[in-house]
Amino acid sequence: MADEATRRAVSQIPLLKTHAGPRDRALWPQRLKEEYQALIRFVEQNKAADNDWFRLESNADGTRWTGTCWFIHELLRYEFRLEFDLPVTYPDTAPEVAVPELDGKTAKMYRGGKICLTEHFAPLWARNAPRFGLAHLMALGLGPWLAVEIPDLISKGLVVHKERPREAAAE
Amino acid sequence: MATVEELKLRVRELENELIKCKQKQCAVEDAHSQALNRPKIDKMSAEVVDSNPYSRLMALKRMGIVDDYEKIRTFTVAVVGVGGVGSVTAEMLTRCGIGKLLLFDYDKVELANMNRLFFQPHQAGLSKVEAAEHTLRNINPDVLFETHNYNITTMENFTHFMDRISHGGLEEGKPVDLILSCVDNFEARMAINTACNELGQIWMESGVSENAVSGHIQLIIPGETACFACAPPLVVAANIDEKTLKREGVCAASLPTTMGVVAGLLVQNVLKYLLKFGTVSYYLGYNAMQDFFPSMAMKANPQCNDRHCRRQQEEYKKKEAEQPKVEVVQEEEEVVHEDNEWGIELVSEVTDEELKAASGVVPDLPEGITVAYTIPTEDTTGGDTVEETEQSLEDLMAQMRKL
Ligand SMILES: [Zn+2]
Repeated sequence: MADEATRRAVSQIPLLKTHAGPRDRALWPQRLKEEYQALIRFVEQNKAADNDWFRLESNADGTRWTGTCWFIHELLRYEFRLEFDLPVTYPDTAPEVAVPELDGKTAKMYRGGKICLTEHFAPLWARNAPRFGLAHLMALGLGPWLAVEIPDLISKGLVVHKERPREAAAE
Repeated sequence: MATVEELKLRVRELENELIKCKQKQCAVEDAHSQALNRPKIDKMSAEVVDSNPYSRLMALKRMGIVDDYEKIRTFTVAVVGVGGVGSVTAEMLTRCGIGKLLLFDYDKVELANMNRLFFQPHQAGLSKVEAAEHTLRNINPDVLFETHNYNITTMENFTHFMDRISHGGLEEGKPVDLILSCVDNFEARMAINTACNELGQIWMESGVSENAVSGHIQLIIPGETACFACAPPLVVAANIDEKTLKREGVCAASLPTTMGVVAGLLVQNVLKYLLKFGTVSYYLGYNAMQDFFPSMAMKANPQCNDRHCRRQQEEYKKKEAEQPKVEVVQEEEEVVHEDNEWGIELVSEVTDEELKAASGVVPDLPEGITVAYTIPTEDTTGGDTVEETEQSLEDLMAQMRKL
């Protein structure tokens, strides 16, 4: 179950057509192109809605992804590095997105800074595999996670804005 | 006052010192344990003397429970995931005198793991496979160990993993006899499933629920019994009201008891399977809240998503047809796969009603076992799909970077 805003964002992301994982030499390049197409569309839509919040890029074979995501809280921008490897079982199983610099700061994380998704994510992904891609993972996995965790971490003083560390810590 | 940079440097210095201390301590311990260690034993003896570590195991033979206990030394078992369940599993197999153990895990021992069995605080920081091998070798030097400190789900490691399970047997070049999945996540289970379906490798799955009060073990014979992709993940119902279960602020709970029970059930099934005694369970659940142990057998799904599972099913059918008919005694309730009459699909659901509407039919399962979720039939209507494009992958990558 997702909230209305997430649902609207997700419904605008184009679905993917090629059922192929990184071990499928013949079809993976096509799937990877579709991943980029969907990601580009999603970022463009976010920009148009004045809600640009992540960038993602991969190595040449598309198996390792790195990028940044950011969250605006009380007019301040908090930015985090994100990374993940595609499992050989992708796209039947979703990758585990990690935000390493938050490792150890929240209980909603597994070791290595892998974010802990809600119990709704796995069924949603399984029902929509293989048509969901990384853009959907961002929208349904990382986006909602940041929206819940970051304000909480800021309020606890565990995440401090880079330009005003002292002020924020003193609050 | 020290600057952040200075403090960082100091932390690094202290970390290095700590590593040196740990290495020194390990060396001392090694020397110490070498002195204490018993020599290797060539042949298991049934003689009941204080110095024979196998006498009570060999008694199983005398009592007529097991025909040939020594055979345990000819088997190779791979344990994937050396955490709460896997480490205890490996210890039990080591004490039982298994021939060879392959251990796979990418994680390190952490103090947060100390609510579980096996690992000790002084091992914090070491890789789990390295720490485990050290302890296990001390317990039983007769066992051969092979350890791999990596995540099996990534491309490169997966290829290596496939190679080791197909060639890492006691006699190098032969496949392992059994793989035990003791991992804690869906991707790793699916990766093991993929490998085993491709190789026709028999394996056992194990798991403990995130609320720590239920678990299961499952024997998977590719082509014959349901593989991990044949049905949505099975869960043992712990009869907890979902509304009272609080998930805020935590990922997963764990109990040494539940993990110990599941490891015990798993290794018991391994021993029965390898040494051919008793009844081997196909699926055995453990509900810790009610102390209920549901069991069942589940046939492979002809519509399984994994094409290697379907291929193995064809091969199994052929083999069955060639064999002379033997009367099969049906011991447990078999689960029949619905003819994929799962319901309709929505991209996401907001309300409980929508969630229900998006769910498929729950397969016919015995009391106490259910599916984590259901999968609707393939829906071609869906939403918009990506358009055909003239752009190359490099163009798209560049476009993404420019955004
Ligand atoms: Zn299957």
